[in-house]
Amino acid sequence: MDITTPDTQEPHPAPRPPAPGRKHTATRPGDRIFLGLSRGAGILLLVIMAAIAAFLAYRASLAITKDHGNFLTTLEWNTGVTPPVFGIAVLAFGTVVSSVIAMVLAVPVAVAIALFLTHYAPRKVSGPIAYVIDLLAAVPSIVYGLWGALVLVPNLNGLFGWLDTYLGWTGVFSWDGGAPRSMLTVGILLAIMILPIITNVSREVFRQVPRMHEEAALALGATRWEVVRMAVLPFGRSGVVSASMLGLGRALGETMAVATVLSPDFLIHGSLLNPGGGTFAQNIASKFSEASEFGRDALIASGLVLFVITLLVNGAARMIIARRKEYSGANA
Amino acid sequence: MAKRIDVSGLTAYYGSHKAIEDISMTVEPRSVTAFIGPSGCGKSTFLRTLNRMHEVTPGGRVEGKVLLDDEDLYGAGVDPVAVRREVGMVFQRPNPFPTMSIFDNVAAGLRLNGDHRKSELNDIVERSLKGANLWNEVKDRLNKPGSGLSGGQQQRLCIARAIAVEPKVLLMDEPCSALDPISTLAIEDLIGELKERFTIVIVTHNMQQAARVSDRTAFFNLAGVGQPGKLIEIDETERIFSNPSVQATEDYISGRFG
Repeated sequence: MDITTPDTQEPHPAPRPPAPGRKHTATRPGDRIFLGLSRGAGILLLVIMAAIAAFLAYRASLAITKDHGNFLTTLEWNTGVTPPVFGIAVLAFGTVVSSVIAMVLAVPVAVAIALFLTHYAPRKVSGPIAYVIDLLAAVPSIVYGLWGALVLVPNLNGLFGWLDTYLGWTGVFSWDGGAPRSMLTVGILLAIMILPIITNVSREVFRQVPRMHEEAALALGATRWEVVRMAVLPFGRSGVVSASMLGLGRALGETMAVATVLSPDFLIHGSLLNPGGGTFAQNIASKFSEASEFGRDALIASGLVLFVITLLVNGAARMIIARRKEYSGANA
Repeated sequence: MAKRIDVSGLTAYYGSHKAIEDISMTVEPRSVTAFIGPSGCGKSTFLRTLNRMHEVTPGGRVEGKVLLDDEDLYGAGVDPVAVRREVGMVFQRPNPFPTMSIFDNVAAGLRLNGDHRKSELNDIVERSLKGANLWNEVKDRLNKPGSGLSGGQQQRLCIARAIAVEPKVLLMDEPCSALDPISTLAIEDLIGELKERFTIVIVTHNMQQAARVSDRTAFFNLAGVGQPGKLIEIDETERIFSNPSVQATEDYISGRFG
């Protein structure tokens, strides 16, 4: 169609809807107000993000420029001496290791719970269980921390001893018999804390698997497990990745619970069972109140690194999801 | 080999609701039988009792007998999963697995039945796609997702997936209702070819379609809302459409209801 055709060629020009994007399009006050509000909210979000990033970057630069160690590789945190020497290697190691342990423990269990609730449990059972999981998500992290310190830690000696006996030769699971306030303890506690969010999001995703895909598998003679494997898990894959990333985000930034169960010593331990180590958030929480102005800047610099790690994790998750887009359920 | 279906006194329920009542009929091997009737008359429910898909719906249960040759599908100790491997099904809306390639879609049922060697799998997939008149359109993109095909191609892909496992019976639940006329024609031609090898039962709302593709036609009706659907009559398609023995059938076919 030639859009430049003059109107006069039409013998009876009918009233047309205004072309989109034209200036003379009539607008109503309600629309304009709502547009302004929603656009403002969107801009505000960007401004807040930029402000946080700018604050972190500025305060961090004050500290990093005076650091006489290598900020990324130094294995100590001495901000009170002259010249100051500090680095985030121990914190990065501890944060990543504890979060990885939490993911390894939590994701399979969460996916299994979500599958049970959506595809195996009768409705009478799945409702109450889902409710309990929601409750678990609402428990404050300090309560998890207290439970971890008072219940979990005293009961881990058996597990640690067992791991040391049978897997101690790997080095990763060797144990010197110290209090079980180690990276593994933190990982276990974090796993429990991120279980509800991963379960809930996965459950929503599995629930949205179209009935017709499941029936397709059933009609081919698939058993219940084969239906899950052929239709449910592939459809839910990207959703489970997003759910896991939400959980990972919480694990990376968890502060109080980690600070309560860990015995920090600012060392990188080859064993997951020996007490010690540290994470970004725990280190900031433990040192911030007693730190000097410069010490605070240094802690903020470590916070900036955590911020960057979180961004990278989110970016990686988006890439994983995008790579499988062609095969996702979205174009079904 | 295609098998005969022999249904006697079949009643199906959803919970306490009786969906169809006391249906008996015989479907000959290597023939096409069409089910017609108004919405809610239970023809789809009846179709789904023929491969025990009905009981997948919560509360779904059945009384009566369905014999596949001499084997009772509802006999004690019969595994519904095994039944569905013998009685394939094609659904109203094309439902290829969105996460699988065209090849994997066709191979899906074979892989369920045990491990096939790669070369054997290639042969069966090619044969099934040829059998579904889809091979020439997709042979260069077997590794592309099945959801990228057009609706008609997707439905033929689903047919290829169903026939790849060599079922004895092929059930089709309004297979063309989501397709345009040209795709519909392709499927109807395909049904004509498939009946050489399979026993085919097709539910359709399109009476011309029933007249075009089927050898025998069964008319279902229900007395009123909430009443169970019943089989009114089953006869040669030609007879049903020219000179049915029941007045209700003639009224339905000629568009006079009630």
